[in-house]
Amino acid sequence: MTSFALGRRALMAAAAAALTFGTPASAEQVLDKVHFLIPGGAGGGWDGTARGTGEALTKGGLVGTASYENMSGGGGGKAIGYMIENAESLDDTLMVNSTPIVIRSLTGVFPHNFRDLTLVAGTIGDYAAMVVAKDSPINNMEEFLEAYREDPRGTAVGGGSVPGGMDHLVAAMVMQSAGEDPTALKYIPYDAGGKAMAALLSGEIKALSTGFSEAIALADAGEVKILGVTADERVPAYDTAPTMSEQGLDTTFVNWRGFFGAPGLSEDKVAAYQDALAKMYDTDAWEDVRARNGWVNIHNSGDDFRSFLEGQEKTIGDLMKQLGFL
Amino acid sequence: MLEGLMIGLSTAFSVTNILMVIGGCLIGTFIGMLPGLGPMSIIAIMIPVAITLGDPSAALILLAGVYYGAIFGGSTSSILLNAPGVAGTVASSFDGYPMARAGMAGKALTIAAISSFMGGTVGAILLMVFAPMLSTVALLFHSAEYFALMVVGLSAIAAFAGTGNVAKALMMTLLGLMMATVGEGALFNMPRFTMGLMDLQSGLSFITLAMAMFALPEAIFLVMNPGRSAQGGENGGKITGLRITGQEARKIAPVIGRQSIQGFFIGVLPGAGATIASFLGYAVERNIATEEEQKEFGKGSIKGLAAPETANNAACTGSFVPLLTLGIPGSGTTAILLGALIALNVTPGPRLMIDSPHIFWAVIISMYIGNLVLLVLNLPLIPYIAKVLSIPRNYLIPFILFFTLMGSYIGQNNATELLILVGFGICATVLRFADYPLAPLLIGFILGRMLEDNFARSMQLYDGISFILDRPMTLGLLVLAALLVIVPSYRARRARARAAGVADGD
Repeated sequence: MTSFALGRRALMAAAAAALTFGTPASAEQVLDKVHFLIPGGAGGGWDGTARGTGEALTKGGLVGTASYENMSGGGGGKAIGYMIENAESLDDTLMVNSTPIVIRSLTGVFPHNFRDLTLVAGTIGDYAAMVVAKDSPINNMEEFLEAYREDPRGTAVGGGSVPGGMDHLVAAMVMQSAGEDPTALKYIPYDAGGKAMAALLSGEIKALSTGFSEAIALADAGEVKILGVTADERVPAYDTAPTMSEQGLDTTFVNWRGFFGAPGLSEDKVAAYQDALAKMYDTDAWEDVRARNGWVNIHNSGDDFRSFLEGQEKTIGDLMKQLGFL
Repeated sequence: MLEGLMIGLSTAFSVTNILMVIGGCLIGTFIGMLPGLGPMSIIAIMIPVAITLGDPSAALILLAGVYYGAIFGGSTSSILLNAPGVAGTVASSFDGYPMARAGMAGKALTIAAISSFMGGTVGAILLMVFAPMLSTVALLFHSAEYFALMVVGLSAIAAFAGTGNVAKALMMTLLGLMMATVGEGALFNMPRFTMGLMDLQSGLSFITLAMAMFALPEAIFLVMNPGRSAQGGENGGKITGLRITGQEARKIAPVIGRQSIQGFFIGVLPGAGATIASFLGYAVERNIATEEEQKEFGKGSIKGLAAPETANNAACTGSFVPLLTLGIPGSGTTAILLGALIALNVTPGPRLMIDSPHIFWAVIISMYIGNLVLLVLNLPLIPYIAKVLSIPRNYLIPFILFFTLMGSYIGQNNATELLILVGFGICATVLRFADYPLAPLLIGFILGRMLEDNFARSMQLYDGISFILDRPMTLGLLVLAALLVIVPSYRARRARARAAGVADGD
């Protein structure tokens, strides 16, 4: 399994998608079949994304049938290796992946990176957010930074990823843009979202770095205040949450999820996949799946996807070097 | 509260909802018997079905039935086949399996069913009365206390050390702790001790190790020792003594009473859960048992079976406290349930009781009904379930082997797990020949990761080990752990000294 926290939304996605079968429909079908390769076990965020996308594609009539295969191992590395080794026979296979493919390639956890695969499209994403407990004296990023400057060792930030993982990197990026030394931040890792949240409420950590959709759910439940979100501008789904940039912190970050093909996939096939995914956004079936899971549409196809990934790789790589993880 | 209770009762007692709970219990029990499919995966499978019901109360009632059924089903494979499918039922196999081998499979299953029922029911009552107050208790524990709690959990191995095999039990525990460090932990972003194998990157899987340590050596022993299995088969065929005698009931009643409460409170802590509750329950009950009874622990003690069975069910109920009142899932299963709740447009948290009291109460009532239905459904089924053991051994052994291999494959869809399973299974068989207890290894493995994570977090938060002295509760728990280890070994030594004295006198 990936070491990234399964947020509640992700778990829900997985749960909701665990038993969905495609019902073939007739409306301008783009592809006969798609086989989804999921680099993690059943019930994870990748699993939910693949099955939800497959459901929307088949119900929306864009794809005849969808099948799924879970291949866990090596934090996703095993599935990537499989795609590369068996490239010729995997014409119909799409692998789901997300930000960790960039991070883990950088740390060398697996020997390949996204360039070894055929980039199809990034389909959804989630911004990151910093939250504090409801009764915390801290109300915005400025007050958080003040508290941090007063007592750096006592102002620990928690998250659901390993040190050097996504939640840590986001917190470090924020500190960096505030002109602080990102390596001085005390980051406490928890192995699952729930435990990090318990730690926040119990006062063990002062703030939590987490996914925005999870932060919204917690804020709706009246448990946290959102200090800042890493989007370019306020997110319509929850527009009372201020962005980092409007508080003078130049930090933007998107945890994307998207699809990859085997290396050397024919151009026609790639185009067909991209076409099907692009049309998917207009179907009611997709809107159902998306809303149910609280996903944000962030569509990057083909070359856009490549430049997006290269940009993210550079930002994360530079930061990881500075933090001493590379 | 009474008003809420009435709302809950009227919601739960409709024809559809009763059918839901019966269906859920049956599905849960039968799927739960397969190792590798614990409550978490079964609930995940059932969630789409529950969501299509549309009505949150009905959905939750169905899921609660599945949940309790799955826990009971998991105990069944632990007791009958020594194949614990989830960590929470490992301790049930310590005494449940020896009972089954001695021809008391039916009785063992009955005790398990009754203990589970009592644990769940007492838990539900405690939840009903104390849930709002307990939400603050759930937050008292910091990483430092969790670390100390894991140490207390480890003291359960003292139960295996009493037999004079202290050194061997300690060595196996250590080996288990070491095996827990394989793979990527929560604290480091690099894999450790994977020998470059990608399949080890996520660490060894619990289910594979449990099958390798318990079920596989057992099957191999059955093959190599026909006499023993024939005897077992003979007794198993008759399944004598399904009923619990009055004397036995009096023996386990206080155990059930204590463990319902202890288990519940451990379950309330997010991050402790049913596994710790079952180990602690086992350790505590063994410690306070009389010397005579202590000797039976590990060899088929009814107390040793009742304790973990009660505790793990009570803890499962307890884990609903942080889920419902704080929206914090304390275990994988409650995390999945939280997902289901959110999908049904119910947001658990401090506002749940105010915004939608009918759901809060329906959950609690459904737990109670789930427990009751489970008991009513399963007691008549027990003789048939127990018949598994009367299958002739030339069919039973392949059956166990198939069960075991499937269990470790099914969760990950990874064939390498099978190689790991067979490799460790062979090692475990050799260790068993050399009379090394295997349970401490599994306890070490299960607790090791949490022990390390919480220890390292505390070290980081306090910039050193000062948290042990700074936090009185941590210190208290560590002292308790020390006592749980020292007292029994002192008693054992004294007993041995006395026995030796008598011999000298002769």
